[in-house]
Amino acid sequence: MGEAGMNGAGRGASVTLADLVKRYDRVNAVDGVSLDIRSGEFLTLLGPSGSGKTSTLMMIAGFETPTSGDIAIDGKSVVAMPPYRRNIGMVFQNYALFPHLTVEENIGFPLKQRGIPKAERAKLVAEALDLVHLPGYGARYPRQLSGGQQQRVAVARAVVFKPRLLLMDEPLGALDKQLRENLQLEMRRLHADLGITFIYVTHDQEEALTMSDRIAVMNDGKVAQVGSPEDLYDRPTDRFVAGFIGESNFLPAIVRGMEDDIVIAECDGAIIRAMCPSRPASGDKVTLTTRPERLRFADSAWSATTPQNRLSVTVTEAVFAGERCRYMLQAGDGTSMVLKEPSSAAIRRRAIGERAEISWSVADTILV
Amino acid sequence: MSEIVQPSPIAVPLGAVRPLLLNWRRHVPLLLVAPLLIYMLVLYALPVLAMLLRSLNDPNWTLSHYAALFEDVVFAKTFWITFNTSITVTLGCLILGYPVALGLVRAKTMAPLILVIILLPFWTSVLVRSYAWMVLLGRHGLVNEGLIALGMIDRPIRILNTTLATQIAMIHILLPYMILPIANALRQIDPSLIRAASGLGATPFMTFRQVILPLSMSGVAAGTLLTFVLALGFYITPAMVGGPRDITLSMLIAQQVDQLNWAYAATLSAVLLATALAILAAARHLPGVGNAFKTSMR
Repeated sequence: MGEAGMNGAGRGASVTLADLVKRYDRVNAVDGVSLDIRSGEFLTLLGPSGSGKTSTLMMIAGFETPTSGDIAIDGKSVVAMPPYRRNIGMVFQNYALFPHLTVEENIGFPLKQRGIPKAERAKLVAEALDLVHLPGYGARYPRQLSGGQQQRVAVARAVVFKPRLLLMDEPLGALDKQLRENLQLEMRRLHADLGITFIYVTHDQEEALTMSDRIAVMNDGKVAQVGSPEDLYDRPTDRFVAGFIGESNFLPAIVRGMEDDIVIAECDGAIIRAMCPSRPASGDKVTLTTRPERLRFADSAWSATTPQNRLSVTVTEAVFAGERCRYMLQAGDGTSMVLKEPSSAAIRRRAIGERAEISWSVADTILV
Repeated sequence: MSEIVQPSPIAVPLGAVRPLLLNWRRHVPLLLVAPLLIYMLVLYALPVLAMLLRSLNDPNWTLSHYAALFEDVVFAKTFWITFNTSITVTLGCLILGYPVALGLVRAKTMAPLILVIILLPFWTSVLVRSYAWMVLLGRHGLVNEGLIALGMIDRPIRILNTTLATQIAMIHILLPYMILPIANALRQIDPSLIRAASGLGATPFMTFRQVILPLSMSGVAAGTLLTFVLALGFYITPAMVGGPRDITLSMLIAQQVDQLNWAYAATLSAVLLATALAILAAARHLPGVGNAFKTSMR
């Protein structure tokens, strides 16, 4: 059934989580998660530690039993099915390679459990080693490999039996930055090659933004927002998401009116326009958010001509960080903001205590 | 270390005195263990050595005592009984102990209770436990009474003073020595390996066969070795609950000492000691056992 569809669609399993709850002692580690994961998608569960992302993954794998709710793979509930019947590939944070088996035997392990004859096993293992760029490493033991190589073996072992769903629990967490970035690209390539569904757990927002088709941001056992990396970065619907993914400024404001999809709010005496999916009432206290790299000093040469929000601020801190300058600003009502300006010898650097006017696009202002 | 030991050019005229004074700290560990070392040397090692020497120089220097063993029917039979009992007891401990070790490691809230139950007999003297078995296995003991009450036998059967009684009591006494090293090895298996095996399609039985069992072999080897070597030297239990014809090496040694037959007793002791040491030495080279030694040292 894995070969359905010539264009690769259908090679991956679809996964539906319906109001999933996992209760430990008296705490809901996972508190009503509902999510539709499409066939062939690279979905990342992103969140801080304790947000329930790993518990969710463990329930999909079958290592944990949900307290309530349902997990369906390709429309069939798997809650009652033990992990060894689910046919899901899994890469663990510490790789979990069998120390008493060689690389070949490790990768051959899932094939052996499925009763695949030795000759065919050898062929599939060799293919898997090629896939992760480790040909010729079959006879070694895991302890003779570097961390990055062990990680590749773990991936080879998880996909050698051609599962339609691959789960990964912070698989790059233990590696150094350079290696991590290389492997991120390799994971993407692997996902494109295999065409199967990936569910990836990480607390690293940059990793999530780089690799995923969609990201489900988790907080306190709930899904805060699901969307493409661009959606989450440009249009966070939630203060937690705005703060967790990238850096955000938060401005307290009072709603004064609406113009189509744009809310008009008063902030420190200035009128600020913001994108707004909901319909707040006049007089409501709300929070507006913007990204530091999208703020500009109003008098700088390349300020855009699109509809602008403007605000008067005082510079309280100025840090030169090579490719950009980072300014801490304070509005008249005491609100702190961060502004990141690309550095250029042509741009005058602001001094601490200097008063300035900043401006930014309405499209980059969101009501959360 | 070596650069500290080398005398500096200034120290050369003073000869070896200066480096010696400078390095007295290096001998602190030795000084700390010296009292016990001297105690053991004088009160244990020297008498043992003197005893073993009797197998060679009683009445004058000769190897005849060892040569005589080759034709000694009593020795051959005793050696065989000792070996046979030790193997049976070790196998019994392994079969009964492995599942307990597994249960001990798997149990979460019950683990401390299970551990106490395993160790409780451990803290009781062997003599007391052997007496307890005499009571239990006797003609009117709990085992016979129980079997009669269940209607499995009509009148009391002879259990006490048989080979079976020795084996039952020795297995009971030696079980902790088998369980603890195995439990230790099992506890060191990363739980994510078990999950990984399950996720990769292995049923619980296949996971046990292909992951848990091979990874616990170091503990099995250590436990087997410990149990077997201890069983070789058992004296009190076989003497108290064993059959009249089941004479083990240590019983034979005691008997010969009673008869002041020192040279023969010394020869038997040397053979028993050499056997135990040879087994330990040979086992060190088995895969996994070397690791078990290192682990227990940590």
